[in-house]
Amino acid sequence: MGLAREFDVAVVGGGLLGSSIAWGLGRLGQRVVVLDEGDIAKRASRANFALVWVQTKGLGLPAYTAWTLRASETWAGLAQALEEETGLDVCFRRPGGFHLALSDREMVLRRDTLARLHNQPGAADYRTELLDHEGVRRMMPEIGPEVAGGSYCPYDGHVNSLRVFRALHTAFSRHGVDYRPDHPVTAISGENGAFRLVTKRGEIVAGKVVLAAGNANATLAPMLGLHAPMEPNRGQIVVTERAAPFLQYPMTTLRQSDEGTVMIGDSKEDEIDDRAHHMPIDAVMASRAVRMFPMLGALNVVRAWSGIRVMTHDGFPIYDQSASHPGAFVVCCHSGVTLAPNHAFDLAPMIVRGALDEAVVGAFSARRFAAQDGGKAA
Amino acid sequence: MFKRIGSDETEIVTIHVDGVAVEARLGDSVAAALLASGLPIERETPVSGAPRAPYCMMGVCFDCLVTIDGVGSRQGCLVPVADGMRIAIQKGRRVLT
Repeated sequence: MGLAREFDVAVVGGGLLGSSIAWGLGRLGQRVVVLDEGDIAKRASRANFALVWVQTKGLGLPAYTAWTLRASETWAGLAQALEEETGLDVCFRRPGGFHLALSDREMVLRRDTLARLHNQPGAADYRTELLDHEGVRRMMPEIGPEVAGGSYCPYDGHVNSLRVFRALHTAFSRHGVDYRPDHPVTAISGENGAFRLVTKRGEIVAGKVVLAAGNANATLAPMLGLHAPMEPNRGQIVVTERAAPFLQYPMTTLRQSDEGTVMIGDSKEDEIDDRAHHMPIDAVMASRAVRMFPMLGALNVVRAWSGIRVMTHDGFPIYDQSASHPGAFVVCCHSGVTLAPNHAFDLAPMIVRGALDEAVVGAFSARRFAAQDGGKAA
Repeated sequence: MFKRIGSDETEIVTIHVDGVAVEARLGDSVAAALLASGLPIERETPVSGAPRAPYCMMGVCFDCLVTIDGVGSRQGCLVPVADGMRIAIQKGRRVLT
């Protein structure tokens, strides 16, 4: 006897990733349930740098450059759709973005990285140019004398990621997406073409399941014959008081939000306790920021925090459907902000069809790990 | 609106609020001195421009943010006044120069 399916799709994880997919599925008329953790989840959706970022993505996997470029090109459409459905302006801006170098050596490293990216077979052209100090200064007159130069990519941008998160959740109700917080999934089994998901608040039955639980995918995926090798790390971010807009362009380590705060970030620690915070790391990041823009020295820091990055072993996304449990999908990615439109507009229809489009996301199968880990991959 | 307790004989100091000399008592917090001054001391928030004034007086609500001796967004309720202190009421976002 088959199980009574309450839902077409159960999405495990209600962060930006799961929410983008669930919203996309809901727009396609699917009956969707989102099973999420509670308020104290280690949630990258509330601890990220809010960049929509293209430059230097894809070194080692050129398909990732194209996938990211596609997101940059469709982000404005996502922002517009969310505003139409919720009235919330998520403040997507794409003025292009910079990576600044503070020494000739950093400039050489940047040049090398860009050259290696450019030389990859099949690499998409994302028009990143290397500028010397004068070139950067013409676009950002506020830079300090220590800036040796930088790279500029016109496809880079940023967004108010907290508002994106809120907008997606607000839009759920419009499409009947059933959001259930405090429902961490502890076990999943496939039976008679449906999936039974066990939570501490009871069981859910759905026709398909999408694992979008961040680093927790590592433990959930094997329950469905899938493979999600995760290797999280931690980042710290320093936030200043609000100032009148003066930074037009987002940068890899520095951006001014739409509401005026300046975010300084991009540290990377192996430690994965987000309750710990190390001032010396903040001090280095703040010092570099002030060397880039001396006027920042006049601003007060109002908070600093740590967040856990969702990260696969090689840093690239994973999209797979289970061979042993058709209808079970795993989705892992670091860039839940950047890739949100792809997850809503490209991935959701593939899940509805029950087949991942090999030409679009085939490069991101966890099969690529098979060589390294002795064939554990799905 | 606020009146000092009549018997208070604490030493008087002078602070400057947007250039206006104001008497305060040693031991006052900046926020208390501003409230006692009778001047229009409402700041405007950086995002929406909404008016705010000191509220919790114990370091929690951040509604008393004020520029003290050139340093912006300090919590007025946590800083004791000092003779000659220069206070600026914040209107909107700081403009960096």
